[in-house]
Order: sequence, then structure tokens, then C-alpha cells
Amino acid sequence: MKWKKSLRAAFPVTLPVLAGYLALGMAFGLLLSSAGIPIFWAPIMSVLMYAGSGQFLAVTLIAGGATLVQAAVLTAVLHFRHLFYGLSLIDQFHGVGKRKFFLIYGLTDETYALLTSTPPPPGVPEGDFYLAVSLLNHLYWIVGGVIGSTMGALLAFDTTGVDFAMTALFVVLLIEQVKKPAGGTCAVIGGACALLALALAGADRFLIPALIAITAILLILRPRLEQREVTPP
Amino acid sequence: MSNSYILGITVVMSAVTLLTRALPFLLFDRGGEPPKWVRYLGAVLPPAIMALLIVYCLRNVSFTGGSHGIPELACIALAALLHLKKGNVLLSIFGATVVYMVLVQAVFV
Repeated sequence: MKWKKSLRAAFPVTLPVLAGYLALGMAFGLLLSSAGIPIFWAPIMSVLMYAGSGQFLAVTLIAGGATLVQAAVLTAVLHFRHLFYGLSLIDQFHGVGKRKFFLIYGLTDETYALLTSTPPPPGVPEGDFYLAVSLLNHLYWIVGGVIGSTMGALLAFDTTGVDFAMTALFVVLLIEQVKKPAGGTCAVIGGACALLALALAGADRFLIPALIAITAILLILRPRLEQREVTPP
Repeated sequence: MSNSYILGITVVMSAVTLLTRALPFLLFDRGGEPPKWVRYLGAVLPPAIMALLIVYCLRNVSFTGGSHGIPELACIALAALLHLKKGNVLLSIFGATVVYMVLVQAVFV
């Protein structure tokens, strides 16, 4: 693998995630240290679990003294959406060889969004590019957590709102996705299901019903959408 | 809050997290060509999930109180507009983020 070339191609693509992960990672580190958890756990969790919402949940569970079974069930519910990420990447990860394990290991929301929306530049093998994007994002997350847990409280710079980089990233990637055949229809289905589920189920539990509804509707519409996918624009 | 307890929670949650990421591959990735419906979902799920993730980012924004979601909606529009006009990913994202930070730190306080 040509590391230098792959990292150079991946770095600009990951810059929005750099901003978002440093901010969120720092928020995690701050939360962890303020909950009284020894700070060396911040990098260990960031390496092993590597899940934003999961690690926030972990701090809450540890502080509250949850059982291992409770932790396992809640994590499964929280990360149910990963099943759909994997499902839509099986085809894309087909030719990447042993790198697949690390790509699956590092499959966060943001990495999923980048990998499905950004093709590698010419001359860079796709597997190497995917791995470089994934590893850079993981690195940002670990560094953010370490900074937050060790000196987050000392930061003089007001970082309120910097996590909006994540929202903006998804907006830009949505625009890129809509350019694909049938992309607009799929995006409307996704947005409508999400809003409906949010209205019905509330902010804490709308994700899973929305994902199930989206997948069901896309499968029902398959005969029509598939036709449009093969028809050149 | 002993270190062995923290280790237990960390290992269990990491294992379950990895399992949720790997399960589709363990079930449907058998070498050779993936089933056609899997390939279809690979094409149509990303746009839908991107829209879902935007809603997810905004799930705790109150449109009835506080700043009524004005900073969020304005900066989403700004990101989209910048991207459609200039086509530069970094400009769209950092432009919108800087404006958002100014709005929530200095204007809508």
C-alpha cells in the first residue's frame, strides 16, 4: 500500500471530520473526566469502541453503575443503525481484501458518509483510500478525547457550535448523493421517514423506526427505482 | 467505580459495537457476487441515510422556543447554497460552521 499517496488523497476529504471529531472527542473527554473516571480510559475507549454516542453512553452507564447486560442491550439498540451501513457497503467493500476488517471496525456515521459519497481520486486504489480515510478519522477521534480529558477545562477558546461541521458535512454529502440516479427520490424518502418518526417517537428513539421504514419503502419501490437506476440520465 | 468494572463495561460495549458493524458482512458477505437486493440497497440507502443523519443532527433543536432553529436552518441553507454555487466541499462546510458559531455565540444568545 502506498501510504503517502493514499493519505495525501484522503486528508482533504477528512478535514470536516477533523473539526467535528476534535470537538466531539473533546466533549467526550471532558464528560469522562468530570464523571470522575480515570483519564487514561479516554484513549482506551476511543481505540476499542470508537463510537461517539456509544462512548457518551458508556460514561453515563459507568457513573450510574449499570450492569454488563444492561450495557450490552443499550449498546445494541443505540448502534442498530450500523446494520444498515454494513448492508449498503457489502458490494463496495468487495475487492478491498484484508483491509475490510479495519474498515468494518471503524465504520462510524461520518466515515460511512464519506466512503459512500467520495470516490478515490484517479491513481489511488479504492481500498487504500478507504483505509486512509477511516484511519485518519479514528486518529482525530482519539486525539480529541485525549485533549478533552486532560485539558478541556483549560481551553480559553469558545468552541460552542463547532460540531455544526458534522451537520454541514451531511448536507454537502446529501447534495452529492442526490446527483446519483434516483438519489433525489431516495433522499426525500429518507427525510420524510425521519421527520415522521421524530414527530411520532421523539428525539431519543426515532432512529430505529425511521431506518426500518426507509428500508421497507425502498424495498417496496425496488421495481420502479431499479429501473431508473439503469436508465442513463 | 473500580478499573476492572470500567474495563468490563468498555469491553462489552466495544464487542457489541463491533458486532453491529460486522453482522451484515457475516450474514451476507460470502465471497462471490452479493445478492441483488443487497447491491440495490447499497445504491439507494446512502442518499436516504444522509437525509436521516441531518434530521438526527437537528433532533434536539427546538423550533417553538429559544432561537426557533433559525441558526441551524440558515446555516444549512448557507452550506447548500455555497456548495451548489462554488462546488468546494471545505468552503461549504467551514463557511457554514463559522457563521453558525458566530450566530450561536454572539447573535442568538
